Amino acid sequence: MNLKEIKIGKKVRIIKLAGGIMFKKRAEALGMRVGSLVEKRSAQFMNGPITIKIGNTDFALGIGMAEKIIVEEL
Amino acid sequence: MNDKLNNKKLMLIGNPNVGKSAIFSRLTGVKVIVSNYHGTTVEYTKGYLKLGDDKMEIVDIPGIYSLEPTMKAEEVAVKIFEEAIKEKNKNIFINIIDSTNLERNLNLTYELIKKNIPLIVVLNFWDEAGHTGVSIDREKLENILGVPVITTCGITGEGIKNLVDNLHNVKKSDLLSKNSTKDTIEKNKWGQIGAIVEQVQKLKHKHHTIGEKLSDLSIHPLSGLIVAIIVLGLSFSIIRLVGESLITYLFEPMFENFWTPVLLKISALFNGSGFLHDILIGQVIDGEISYLDSMGMLSTGLFVPIAMILPYITAFYFVLSFLEDSGYLPRLGILVDNLMHKLGIHGLAIIPMLLGIGCNVPGALATRILETRREKFIASTLMAIAVPCMAQIAMVFGLLGKYGVKAIIIVFGILFIVWIILGLLMNKFVKGTSPEIFTEIPSYRIPYFKSLLKKLWMRIVWFIKEAVPYVLLGVLIINILYVLHVIDFLGNLVSPIITGLMGLPKETVGALIVGFLRKDVAVGMLVPLGLSMKQMIISSVILTMYFPCIATFTVLLKELGLKDMAKSAAIMMLSTLVVGSILNLIL
Repeated sequence: MNLKEIKIGKKVRIIKLAGGIMFKKRAEALGMRVGSLVEKRSAQFMNGPITIKIGNTDFALGIGMAEKIIVEEL
Repeated sequence: MNDKLNNKKLMLIGNPNVGKSAIFSRLTGVKVIVSNYHGTTVEYTKGYLKLGDDKMEIVDIPGIYSLEPTMKAEEVAVKIFEEAIKEKNKNIFINIIDSTNLERNLNLTYELIKKNIPLIVVLNFWDEAGHTGVSIDREKLENILGVPVITTCGITGEGIKNLVDNLHNVKKSDLLSKNSTKDTIEKNKWGQIGAIVEQVQKLKHKHHTIGEKLSDLSIHPLSGLIVAIIVLGLSFSIIRLVGESLITYLFEPMFENFWTPVLLKISALFNGSGFLHDILIGQVIDGEISYLDSMGMLSTGLFVPIAMILPYITAFYFVLSFLEDSGYLPRLGILVDNLMHKLGIHGLAIIPMLLGIGCNVPGALATRILETRREKFIASTLMAIAVPCMAQIAMVFGLLGKYGVKAIIIVFGILFIVWIILGLLMNKFVKGTSPEIFTEIPSYRIPYFKSLLKKLWMRIVWFIKEAVPYVLLGVLIINILYVLHVIDFLGNLVSPIITGLMGLPKETVGALIVGFLRKDVAVGMLVPLGLSMKQMIISSVILTMYFPCIATFTVLLKELGLKDMAKSAAIMMLSTLVVGSILNLIL
């Protein structure tokens, strides 16, 4: 399951960051790591970007990146 | 006084949007633009702090998440940092942290500690952390990190004095020497950070605040669209209302009642004619000065920037500053992300576009928040072609106003269509990649009125300093060109295009020449030509599109490089020809 697939409002845990090393590094620096708890807040129409909340911070990310963040439900 | 501090360099370093620039501005008194989204500081900014007899240089480094840059914009910051480390014993590093996001911010702190440099940690947004239910044990954090930890609120200035008083306590952290080998340090980085956060931070569970509810509302695709329409509609109305009111009730009466008599006296001194008279005062008809037609440096040259444009600049920047400080702009960026991707740029490119409405120069600089060369090229070209600056918009309002709102809507509607079509085309043909949006969304903040006014004032002063001299120069050049019959000559030369294709009188070429200097003066030059509404619309559109003014051109050239600028300019001129000709046929 990845961040694109889960429903809005769901809280999940990151279990894997797929994708390239640059993406992983950047995601980690922003606070998205294996083990981080994530809440999906919104999704735009037609595969637009999604927004998520980690801790106290909101992030927006493109749908391609959302697909690379593999999560599990709590 | 204190040898330890004299001649030192203070390097402010931290994540994006943690308030570095606000603290920089507090420490140095240097006025810098501060906004509530990341990437407001894209350049190396420095200032000085005097403390008794000690003088220190302060450097505001653009925000970074990590010392290993993961995107272009961060490379600049890391380079500044690397250079600073090389100057041994010269630098004090001040790591500014957003208290509401301790864990993420400590990543950079950890990397800084690894570099074994003299460090002070500043917990900024201290007041906001309290409101959001985050409480941090400052003393404990200080003990663990082994460097001074200061709490501040950069916007109001709380804690800044304490920071200054503690500068001499700066030291290198012993956090890692307590630990073992390098290998375990890297492996345990997040574990260690997690453990620190566990020890010093307590989270109180809070129900969703109003800010969070607003945030959801403005980001949800349906309600977000409604919010966007309300916000943009309201912004536009406020700008027009404030701008028009300032002109009608303040600036026009001021010129009519106080300046006109002065000008008439000066005119009388010259016996109402002569070369110098015409350059200074322009044409005086029946003892009346028409501020729009007379084309004198002291009449039109002052009236245009001060009475016609400044009111709108003031109104626009008031609204823009409010939007910037509230944190709304990145949310707007997310909403329009899908559309913008069709144009080859992502949603955040809306920020340079909006800044470009104020003035294309800061707009061009703001394209640095975009990552790839392709994105920068597309965003800069679209802005330079289809986003008129406020100075020009104000003039178009002034000139087309008599035809009603319809004419104005047509001009901006055409430019919007051009923006979309050119974007679609460039997305198809420009090589390279445009990455997806990946950004932090700042929390909503109620703009702090004092800093908002300060920012507004800085921008007004900047406008007056930049615009007025150029407008005066523009008016002077027009006069000289007329006297030397240059405009006649060039007009005949390009009349097949200007008149043949676009249906404009050949004198329009004068406006196109002056438009390179100032677009507002160029629009003003259309007044004496007695154009029809159709011609006014066409000339307003092509004046926006054909080429940027010299100030914007200089910045674009620097940002894009010669090759891309040449390509961009070719697109500008070609699309101007096409659009001008089409408009002449269909309007």
